[in-house]
Amino acid sequence: MLFFSYFKDLVGREVTVELKNDLAIRGTLHSVDQYLNIKLENTRVVDQDKYPHMVIQCVDYNSVFSFCKLSVRNCFIRGSVVRYVQLPPEGVDIELLHDATRREARGG
Amino acid sequence: MATEEESAVKEPLDLIRLSLDERIYVKLRSDRELRGKLHAYDQHLNMILGDVEEIVTTVEIDDETYEEIVRTTRRTIPFLFVRGDGVILVSPPLRTT
Repeated sequence: MLFFSYFKDLVGREVTVELKNDLAIRGTLHSVDQYLNIKLENTRVVDQDKYPHMVIQCVDYNSVFSFCKLSVRNCFIRGSVVRYVQLPPEGVDIELLHDATRREARGG
Repeated sequence: MATEEESAVKEPLDLIRLSLDERIYVKLRSDRELRGKLHAYDQHLNMILGDVEEIVTTVEIDDETYEEIVRTTRRTIPFLFVRGDGVILVSPPLRTT
């Protein structure tokens, strides 16, 4: 429950979820559940050239810039496919985390 | 008393508790390693680490010479949640680095 509570406090913040298949998705944390399934909004793929999974159309405006329409804006990510979540450093009080961990570890 | 219970080392997870707010070394699946400051963990070994360095090791085999080229890729991440199912081991940092 520790990390479930932690992620609930982070709703609305920008995070980057790195999946086990090496895909990295940056977005706004919309919600999380007890399994640490994650819902993201305003998603964009980090390093699009390397991982074009989520891009359906790219329009090139005279090589000045190109615009890619993403097929996915919001997504649901199953908790078990997550490898890392890169978090905002100013997210939460670290001391609170330490105390919560000591309580959780003792009870578990 | 309550404080004695807290500091008693009974099971392996208690050993990790000793490393809270300390730098640790984590070996992960897919030939990855992390070094960072342990801020939180749970019984699944989900963790939050601060000031993390990730080292990814890959082995390439040259087509002609068949020699193995071992490469390491490093990156740093200020604040990272690690899902426990990828963790192999947790330890204080190794002295060699």
